[in-house]
Amino acid sequence: MDKQLQQIRKDFPILNQKVNDEPLVYLDNAATSQKPNQVIDEVVRYYKNDNANTRRGVHTLGERATEEFETARQKVQQFINAKESREIIFTKGATDSLNLVASTYGEDNIAAGDEIVISIMEHHSNLIPWQQLANRKKAILKYIGLTADGQLDMEDAKKKITDKTKIVSITHASNVLGVTNDIKQLAQIAHAHKAIMVADGAQAVPHMPVDVQDLNVDFYAFSGHKMLAPMGIGVLYGKADLLKVMSPYQYGGEMIDFVEKYQSTWTDIPWKFEAGTQNVSGAVGLGKAIDYLSSIGMENVENYEKDLVAYVLPKLLEIDGLTVYGPHDADHHSGVISFNLQNLHPHDVATALDMDGVAIRAGHHCAQPLMKYLNLVATARASFYIYNNKQDADELIQAICDTKEFFKV
Amino acid sequence: MSLNGLNSLYREVILDHSEHPHHKQSLSSATNKITLKNPTCGDVINLEIKLDGDKITDIGFTGEGCTISQSSASMMTDAVLNKTTAESLEMAHIFSDMVMGKEHSQADLDKLGDAAILSSIMQFPARIKCATLCWWALRKSLGDEDDD
Ligand SMILES: Cc1ncc(COP(=O)(O)O)c(C=O)c1O
Repeated sequence: MDKQLQQIRKDFPILNQKVNDEPLVYLDNAATSQKPNQVIDEVVRYYKNDNANTRRGVHTLGERATEEFETARQKVQQFINAKESREIIFTKGATDSLNLVASTYGEDNIAAGDEIVISIMEHHSNLIPWQQLANRKKAILKYIGLTADGQLDMEDAKKKITDKTKIVSITHASNVLGVTNDIKQLAQIAHAHKAIMVADGAQAVPHMPVDVQDLNVDFYAFSGHKMLAPMGIGVLYGKADLLKVMSPYQYGGEMIDFVEKYQSTWTDIPWKFEAGTQNVSGAVGLGKAIDYLSSIGMENVENYEKDLVAYVLPKLLEIDGLTVYGPHDADHHSGVISFNLQNLHPHDVATALDMDGVAIRAGHHCAQPLMKYLNLVATARASFYIYNNKQDADELIQAICDTKEFFKV
Repeated sequence: MSLNGLNSLYREVILDHSEHPHHKQSLSSATNKITLKNPTCGDVINLEIKLDGDKITDIGFTGEGCTISQSSASMMTDAVLNKTTAESLEMAHIFSDMVMGKEHSQADLDKLGDAAILSSIMQFPARIKCATLCWWALRKSLGDEDDD
């Protein structure tokens, strides 16, 4: 298995370059992943051979494009084990998916005094839509806190979720703390109080097997671009019973049944939620990315990354003056590793690492409430994916040591 | 090891200013106050100015930021202290032109004092905002809002 993963680097042409005269070590995968030739070629193939608008024409290309779009939907369905393909809605990405839920299900079902429960570790895209919904409706937004080692506090979750709670929306995997949350248990708690469970899977689906029926979530959001697919395509999974009765998200072409001058009726799910021309090439690329990941196997992806974390995390923890956020035990830490080096600002760290060819992220990672909760302004963050290897981990460690030396921290 | 490239950005003067920033304190008798944030990284600067007529007779800053933003603020306070608002705003424009790589005369650069050394930031486009945040704060607190 390792051997197969050793070889996949050659599928990613972008990795084969120098940055600031050093070989590129790409460790910003939590922001976006790189794309393999297979996905890039598939998008090119689609545009060279089959491009047309979907569900409009009767001509052959139109049929092909429609079929490929719907095939991609089925691939997504199988990949996350949804019951039916009409439970898969294509969106622009996780942000768009979460906004869809807040402005349709949320708008339809939240009233003054109702509670919406999220956690303090949420990305802004799973925070602001709920915050604004709560403000619009005079509903109450509640935050689940963290345990001392940065995991979601499940005891606090049990207290915060009450009979007044209508929606619980939690990230499946954190983009800062490197923790994975027990969505299945959270869904049980939410359902026991007759609330619905929404999960933000942006950092989970690329890295581990996800089964939405097993998790028993009502909605699940993720982005294609973090899982080898093009930017601008994402997914919202929703249970068919809920989707059927929800208001549309946007209005326009392709989402209608009949339109009269003063009234309209909506077409069936999932198309009811897909107004206007869709990102067909993105969906086709996502389908190919799913084929690519499936051929490796998501268990293998997960185990490979676990091995990498088990290798690099102890080395990072050994560096004098370096603080790692989230659990220090590699078994409970994903390939997203946030850290700070003494009191050196993470921007300075990221610029220094970039001079060594190592690409990491620095900043608040779109999680300002979390930063405030942790009493931090910002952190540096290295995040790994399947094409990274132990050599990349060594380069990271070396670059951090060089940085320490340069700034004498 | 290519960290040597860092020397062009993190010169001794810049590191000195960030380790021992000048005028990093809040003023008891400020006439103009402003807080600016860099939303992409969360850096914050609180700039306080004491104006006597149109002359900056005292200046101080507090807040959080990287080496570049801290040293830039330190060098800026040195540069504009005891200058008129017109002179300070002229410096702010020269600084902004300089980091954007626009032409500037040596005489203009000399007006900036130590701050001129930050022209090297041009080679690090991702960091230009770190250097300009304090100058934006200065312009805003002196009522100069036009974009350029
Ligand atoms: C946990 C989490 N949720 C949501 C998002 C938003 O994803 P996108 O920007 O692709 O919509 C991200 C991306 O950074 C993320 O890390």
